[in-house]
Amino acid sequence: MQNGDKSMTTGDEASKVIGRGAREGARLFREWFEALTGAPGRGEQTAYVFVMGSLAELLRTFGFHLSFPEINSLQTAVRRVAQDYLNVAEDYGYSPDICGYVKADVGVQLRGGEHPMGRIPKPTLAVLTNACNTYLKWAEIWERMYHMPTFTLDIPGSRSASYRHTPGGRDFERDCKYVEHQVRELISLCEEISGKSFDIDALRERLDHTNQMAAAYSEVLRVNRSRPAPFNALNEGTIYLGVCNALRGDPRGSQYFKDLAQEMAYKAAHRIGTLPEEKYRLTFVGVPCYPIFRRFYELFATWGGVFVTSTYLQFAAGGLDVGFEYDLRRPIEGLAEGLLLGVSYAMDAMFFRERELVEWVKAYHTDGIVYHPIKSCRTVSTGLADKRRAISEMSDVMSLVIESDLVDKRVVSEAQMKNRIDAFFEGLASRKLRTGAGAAA
Amino acid sequence: MTLMESWQGKSLDAALAACRELVEDADFPTVRRWREAGGKVLGHFQVYFPEEIAHAAGMLPFKLRGAPINRNKADSRFGSYLCSVIRSSLEIALSERVKFDMFVTHPICDAARNLAGIWGRNFPYQAQILYLPQNANSTYTSRYLRDEYDRVRGDIEAVCGNQVTDGALRDSIRLFNRNRQLLRELYAIKRETPWLLPVDEAYVLVALGGILPREEHNQVLEALLPQIRARRAKKQDKVRVVFEGGFCEQPPLDLLRLIAQSCYVVDDDLLIGLRWIEKDVPIAGDPLFNLADAYVNASSYSPVQHDLRKPKEKMLLERMRNSAAEAAIIAAAKMCEPGLDEQVAYTRALDEAKMPYIVSEFEEAMTSFDSLQTQLETFVENILFE
Repeated sequence: MQNGDKSMTTGDEASKVIGRGAREGARLFREWFEALTGAPGRGEQTAYVFVMGSLAELLRTFGFHLSFPEINSLQTAVRRVAQDYLNVAEDYGYSPDICGYVKADVGVQLRGGEHPMGRIPKPTLAVLTNACNTYLKWAEIWERMYHMPTFTLDIPGSRSASYRHTPGGRDFERDCKYVEHQVRELISLCEEISGKSFDIDALRERLDHTNQMAAAYSEVLRVNRSRPAPFNALNEGTIYLGVCNALRGDPRGSQYFKDLAQEMAYKAAHRIGTLPEEKYRLTFVGVPCYPIFRRFYELFATWGGVFVTSTYLQFAAGGLDVGFEYDLRRPIEGLAEGLLLGVSYAMDAMFFRERELVEWVKAYHTDGIVYHPIKSCRTVSTGLADKRRAISEMSDVMSLVIESDLVDKRVVSEAQMKNRIDAFFEGLASRKLRTGAGAAA
Repeated sequence: MTLMESWQGKSLDAALAACRELVEDADFPTVRRWREAGGKVLGHFQVYFPEEIAHAAGMLPFKLRGAPINRNKADSRFGSYLCSVIRSSLEIALSERVKFDMFVTHPICDAARNLAGIWGRNFPYQAQILYLPQNANSTYTSRYLRDEYDRVRGDIEAVCGNQVTDGALRDSIRLFNRNRQLLRELYAIKRETPWLLPVDEAYVLVALGGILPREEHNQVLEALLPQIRARRAKKQDKVRVVFEGGFCEQPPLDLLRLIAQSCYVVDDDLLIGLRWIEKDVPIAGDPLFNLADAYVNASSYSPVQHDLRKPKEKMLLERMRNSAAEAAIIAAAKMCEPGLDEQVAYTRALDEAKMPYIVSEFEEAMTSFDSLQTQLETFVENILFE
């Protein structure tokens, strides 16, 4: 039995709980965007930040609204208007061969912040980490456009696959001092720009919200080990990801994830899956194909394929599931430690950790891994073919590589993609038959 | 031990031809000879690595900058949308053209950072990222980098079994300072009397530094630079240009030679990592701190380093002013994101400054230059007959 057997649940309870995450997530996200749009009218300042190391907790204590250009860009793709923005940026001089997210944002900026979800305010500050090198180039574009301050928070990541940031270790303490020093410099800059004094108790409170959010977020990811999987890491996961970035350090965000963890636990307990019939459990490695977001999901879902895990939910959440709690007795030091651990963890999910993908096969009972390298993002994509090669030597899990993009529809060949996905599922079906026959014999 | 003898006792032109042959040899014979003599090799990917640390340990620091070779093994390890130098650098290792004892890459771009993971999955020796700082403007950056260099020193010691003492580091810094002086002299010749040293020859002389021990590189430069200054070449009617876009993947030598036919390249960012530190590094005090501080505070600029003090387009205009350049060639390697991003800022700044330029893309393995030749001829004619 799987698929929404609601006979085991009371009707009212089920209808309240099931689908709440998607509904509430969409509402919160819309409200957050509306608040952003209205910020300049209320004389409020906006900081541009990125999903890997947003420093939301700190910036919110100074009253900054946060604008995530990655989220803005992906929204242009999901809403199928990305090409208009890409054209504006390419006409301005940007190459077809650079990150489409950057170009979509350049288009938004050149059109005065006009965006399908509202109007993106101009930045008074941009804060970036080195988690993606393109962040640096991106911020340089804003520097030139707006002549506003940018702050790079440099976070040294793992040096190799065997390197681990371990609190208490010599290397960790050394890197942490560097991060902490920069956090203190950022605090001074924020005081200068906002005209507000730093409030350590306000930071403590924000960090506490993130601690609660992180615990619930990790639980949500863990619950998807259940069969059938309560949510699809590709589409529903992206909604959750949006809330976790937009409302990090916000009480609404932590409450949302507590409710979501409850929903997932409920679905798992009642064996309610995200698909009517879950046939294949998959891992997704990379970034979704936003230009055909729904169709991309359907290409798998029509075969009964569910993405139960995704590296995207790790790195694009800034390493929120690393299993770390900010030390609320030492908020600044705790923030530095959390940044170092979380952002490194996010980077590791892109550069290293192939063994974890193999472990997921057992832990999440996955039948296959889908790698989705994209033209726009060398950070995520450069090592994927080699990672697949290495994993195929460690495990006999079936895999598929499909190449496209996260925003540029010109690089998405839907027909070719469908052929490859269909062939992949035929292979999975054939393997299941063979395995079944072998077991029967 | 001398790794390169082919230039000695020859005329200047013959010596330069020998240098060129060596730089173009994708089997890297000097590195092979070094290994055959029992030496260890540290391969470091572009752009900058503190080679003094490897040198002080007795290793040969080898600058891994790709090569125009067939990528029979490496291409299967990568997807489609990637620059050539990433692929060909891995090919050099997979095909065993060079055997390494240690590999270091840097967070210069999104692709390069992935190399530590890829190398680690393909080779048994140590492969790592040296986290050169991307916040050059913190008051703590030099201190952080000093400690990062110290970590690398420990890893190098583990690989080669030698202790890298501060004394040995100071000796290496002294040697590399001499190398920096010689390279500054070479670039002074390009700026002041570019008709004596075309860009392709200058490039070859710099590139030798990536495949030879510095002692030997210094010998070559000390012998050939005075001969170049004494050349009897006459100044020609060529355009003085700055070439920008050669900080990582290298353009083919034939492309540089083509440019040299109509332009004097009076400054450039070719192999900027070998010339990254612009002044002598102090000898007294903590050698690792001195190296780190020089990286942060006494260095050039490139699209792969973010430094609020050095907006790249302003630095380009300054480079042009300092070298009395009349125009710029704004190049980028195909699929090189930092280079392509920067082209927009460069060209807008040049437009504003009313400086002529051409924009071009290249690939290390390209062999046809027809369209660039036409583009260049038109560009030069426009400037000369304006």
